[in-house]
Amino acid sequence: METTFFEWITHPWPWWLGGIMITVIMGSMLFMNKTFGVSSTFRTVCAATGGARYSNFFQFDWKNQMWNMVFILGALIGGIISETLLASPDEMTLSSATVEDLTQLGVQVDTQYMAPVSLFSWQSLLSFEGFFLIIVGGFLVGFGARYAGGCTSGHAISGLSNLQFPSLVAVIGFFIGGLIMTHLIYPLVLG
Amino acid sequence: MKKYIGFLLVGIVFGITMTKSEAISWYRIQEMFRFQSFHMYGIIMTAVVLGAGLVASIKRFHLQSWFGQPIHIPAKAHTYMRYIIGGTIFGLGWAATGACPGPMYVLVGNGLSVFIVVILSAVFGTFVYGMIRHRLPH
Repeated sequence: METTFFEWITHPWPWWLGGIMITVIMGSMLFMNKTFGVSSTFRTVCAATGGARYSNFFQFDWKNQMWNMVFILGALIGGIISETLLASPDEMTLSSATVEDLTQLGVQVDTQYMAPVSLFSWQSLLSFEGFFLIIVGGFLVGFGARYAGGCTSGHAISGLSNLQFPSLVAVIGFFIGGLIMTHLIYPLVLG
Repeated sequence: MKKYIGFLLVGIVFGITMTKSEAISWYRIQEMFRFQSFHMYGIIMTAVVLGAGLVASIKRFHLQSWFGQPIHIPAKAHTYMRYIIGGTIFGLGWAATGACPGPMYVLVGNGLSVFIVVILSAVFGTFVYGMIRHRLPH
């Protein structure tokens, strides 16, 4: 039986296809005269909900950022489509070394979801691990992205593509932080 | 609304891409920070190499946008404290949540609704940065 394109894209994509599509997305934004960068939507939300009263950092015409809010609405819809119309018939194939490491940390590895539900669910918010990863983790992402002037899309993709040395410094920072969290803090929090 | 339809469509493609390439997976981020899989590195490196070629072409051939204007690509300011300190703080959060900002929105669509709390927390983090930024080294 022949595989249709529609069936083919429901399977997990190889890394190169993910990479190509991210460039297509970044390029589409450039050709629409905008820069691909998602973390600035957090600043837009602050400005739109009255943040200007507290800091001049939020005093700007947030309505000019509507295009980015529409983009993230699309991202959310894309997430819904992926799990319904394009639901994958296959399980994720995770590195066995990672499965072993995570099991040793006491994480229940269930790749049916994109994150372990034992750590990322509404119930887990009440546990120390869940509170730390969800609330503290989210805070660090929002604070750090704005401090660094961008996140993975703004620095690692848009910035590095434009050969910006500051973006390389930011990406090195992303990895310093990620390695500290993964190898030093996770064992403490989950231990 | 018409001028936003392009952004909506690109956003949908982004959501599908991030889900199908599993870049929104907490597990994939763990693999990456444990250097146990090429997957995430492959995605980022492919995007950067192709992206660099695209950006260079735009500059070399003075390509215009779909609306007929020259394409402006903003440069990043050349200071370093903010990138290394802010970047490290961001990295701590990236590994903790297993998601950078784009994937957070996609994950909500994926049915992991608790990521709404992650997003609200990130908005609050941005708010606190806005309040204290004049006291931080940049």
